[in-house]
Amino acid sequence: MSRVVLTALAAVAMLNLPRAVLAQEQPHAFVDARIIAVNGSDVAQGALVVHRGKIVGAGASVSIPANAVRIDARGKTIMPGLVDTHSHIGGGSGGDASAALQPEVRLLDSFDARHSGLRRAVAGGITTVNVMPGSGHLLSGQTLYLKLRGAKSLDGLLITTAEGRIAGGIKMANGTNPLRPQGGAFPSTRARSASMARDLFIKAQAYRDKMQKAGDDPAKRPTRDLGMEALSEVLEGTRTVHFHTHRHDDILTALRLAKEFGFTPVLQHVSEGWKVAAEIAASGAPASVIVIDAPGGKLEAVDLSMTTAPALQKAGALTGFHTDDYITDSRFFLRSAGLAVRAGMSREHALYALTMAGARMLKLDSRLGSLEPGKDADFLVLSGDPLSVYTHVEQTWVEGAKVFDRAVPGDRLVAVGGYGASRNETLHTHEEGR
Amino acid sequence: MIVRCRPGIGAACALVLIVTCSSVQAQVAVRADVVHTMAGPTITDGVVLIRNGRIERVGPAASVQVPRGYREIRARVVTPGLVDAHTVVGVSGYLNQPHDQDQVESSAPMQPELRAVDAYNPEDKLVEWVRELGVTTMQTGHGPGALISGQTMVVKPVYPLRSTAILVPEAMVAATLGEDAFGSEGKPPGTRSKAVAMLRAELLKAMDYASKLEGPEDKRPTRDLRQETLARVMRKQLPLMITAHRSVDILAALRLAKEFDIRVVLDGAAEAHLLVDEIKAAGVPVIVHPTMYRSTGSAENLTQEAASILRRAGIHIALQSGFEGYVPKTRVLLFEAAVAAARGLTFDEALATVTIDAARLLGVDKRVGSLEAGKDADIVLYDGDPFEYTSHVVGVFIDGEQVSTQVR
Repeated sequence: MSRVVLTALAAVAMLNLPRAVLAQEQPHAFVDARIIAVNGSDVAQGALVVHRGKIVGAGASVSIPANAVRIDARGKTIMPGLVDTHSHIGGGSGGDASAALQPEVRLLDSFDARHSGLRRAVAGGITTVNVMPGSGHLLSGQTLYLKLRGAKSLDGLLITTAEGRIAGGIKMANGTNPLRPQGGAFPSTRARSASMARDLFIKAQAYRDKMQKAGDDPAKRPTRDLGMEALSEVLEGTRTVHFHTHRHDDILTALRLAKEFGFTPVLQHVSEGWKVAAEIAASGAPASVIVIDAPGGKLEAVDLSMTTAPALQKAGALTGFHTDDYITDSRFFLRSAGLAVRAGMSREHALYALTMAGARMLKLDSRLGSLEPGKDADFLVLSGDPLSVYTHVEQTWVEGAKVFDRAVPGDRLVAVGGYGASRNETLHTHEEGR
Repeated sequence: MIVRCRPGIGAACALVLIVTCSSVQAQVAVRADVVHTMAGPTITDGVVLIRNGRIERVGPAASVQVPRGYREIRARVVTPGLVDAHTVVGVSGYLNQPHDQDQVESSAPMQPELRAVDAYNPEDKLVEWVRELGVTTMQTGHGPGALISGQTMVVKPVYPLRSTAILVPEAMVAATLGEDAFGSEGKPPGTRSKAVAMLRAELLKAMDYASKLEGPEDKRPTRDLRQETLARVMRKQLPLMITAHRSVDILAALRLAKEFDIRVVLDGAAEAHLLVDEIKAAGVPVIVHPTMYRSTGSAENLTQEAASILRRAGIHIALQSGFEGYVPKTRVLLFEAAVAAARGLTFDEALATVTIDAARLLGVDKRVGSLEAGKDADIVLYDGDPFEYTSHVVGVFIDGEQVSTQVR
């Protein structure tokens, strides 16, 4: 057996994905479905062919291999799995009360793969998610990009980057959440928040410079500093800052910090983004919008408007959505796009925002976000139009394996709720009843 | 003096006309492709005539002659104004700062004497928000979170608030059972059993007070606002609205209803779907939690199909926007009904939970909840299926006055 095969087998064992492998042995063809490829045009009747966890083809004129398992999807709509750029499923934590900036802390070390939130997420059609620590810090820690493969341990959910690193970003925040009136280790004003963040990045620049100067000589390297290592990745552009920010002036403050230190953040929430849409677009920073049913609830969300997503899109900013689960429920993520269209966004942009835009924000767009040959077979089977309230997610597939099926009682329980639906210990394994 | 908007009554009246036509006295004909009256079959190509703040006539365009001088408005779809069976809008303000949070007074666990009208702010931004999204009547006031937090009122979300917009100044007494009503920092109640014991003791006192009120004049008790309110509960003049999510708390609420022979309305009731027979037998109506309510804490076992399950069992239900402590500060009633329509209810049933059924539950169905001649002219206009995410509310009338022209 070649080394490559051994490595592949080891990887599979590590990922705990026996079912995924089975599903990929033979090509699967979903035929006669309406296909929304996102990076192509909608096809009223076409097919999706997947094999070994990847998409082979999608559209009206896809050739279906003779040995393919044919699945009649007449009347169904198939679209890419949804990408949620900001979620709190998994019960993970970030920094503690000892400091306002804690770049060394990893959500990775507190994530529960058996948390009920993961099953609600796949029930809502989410296949890729950025799980973050909270916004009560200026910098609360390192985030995790996950594929919701149905694995029961974290290792089976991780994504590896091109650099061989576990994929994830870093969470920053400004505005009121990180402020503490009593001060101490935390700021009590916005200007102090900004100066503390700048101080940290100046230190990170010095650390990075020392590392670069040392080159290959370990003796010349500075003592390892976990936080500085993470921030060096930010400065080098290999780790993305996800910046929680609501008020229009806070948004501009986040962009000012990013410009000073030469990184491009993903702006998260941007409740008042409609006021500074042109500035956001000009900065080149993508923005991920939370769609909320009413303004208010906190001082910096009093001018929250559903028009933010269409305003950003029209200004030319890369615009996506997130759940901020538990603030909004992952099971209703499709609704964000529906309400954005209600507020004036085009249908195509709204569907792009749910999928490709998020993939680009997580720098995973070469692997997922649309139904294109070679991409991961992450897709949804919907009962109808993705923007209709009457539509249900019927099936969710990740890398060619079915991770949610509304026809299975245990999955249906998670999708609509009921006794035990929110328990973290799962009630059944996915193989049951199939 | 009523100046009618009839053409040709002289130039001197022109200015008066403008004022009058935009006020309560306006006469309007709303013509729509689809009219959901909630008082009979849906009308295709229908007309609703509004005169002096009331609905004058409803019927197919072919058979309803629009009188001269009526302002004509067109819409794709028309429904009755929406009735929110339970909210805290106007009392729990949108800023969510201590100074605008009046839904729970935490100085004592039971304060039934607190009136909603003394805290209600008709100018709060969320009052406008829900109005623009079709709510024309709502039960609002003291919220969940205390054993007895106070009273509620039934009001139309108009600004400025006029006395006629208050349909029921003292509608229900709001109580909460379970962990959500536990006192902070060791204050009672600290357990479920203690909470029920406290409520029972208070109701016994009220019983005594109520009987003394009916006794000879010289033996009547000194006025006591708290006991006066609960005496009205004992006399079945005011329902006790009990927010209870867990089965154990719902059963406790039903026991209270039986023991004291009082009117109980179950609120929230996340686990009501597990107790259908008991609730049905008790004849207690349920104001079901919002369909998209968070399934956490005491509501962890809720189902989005609750409205459907309870309605199929023959239980009188209505939907609500409920109470939210953070973001969003209120839910949108129309959106909650929409999801209920996709979770087991038919379109008409879902619409009924936020119109006629809610009006009946609140005892205001003689005035609101359906499009029928003689009822208040509370009407919502849409540009498509009212429940679809991508449709809009395009106009709202309360008492015949167009209170919103926003496209929401």
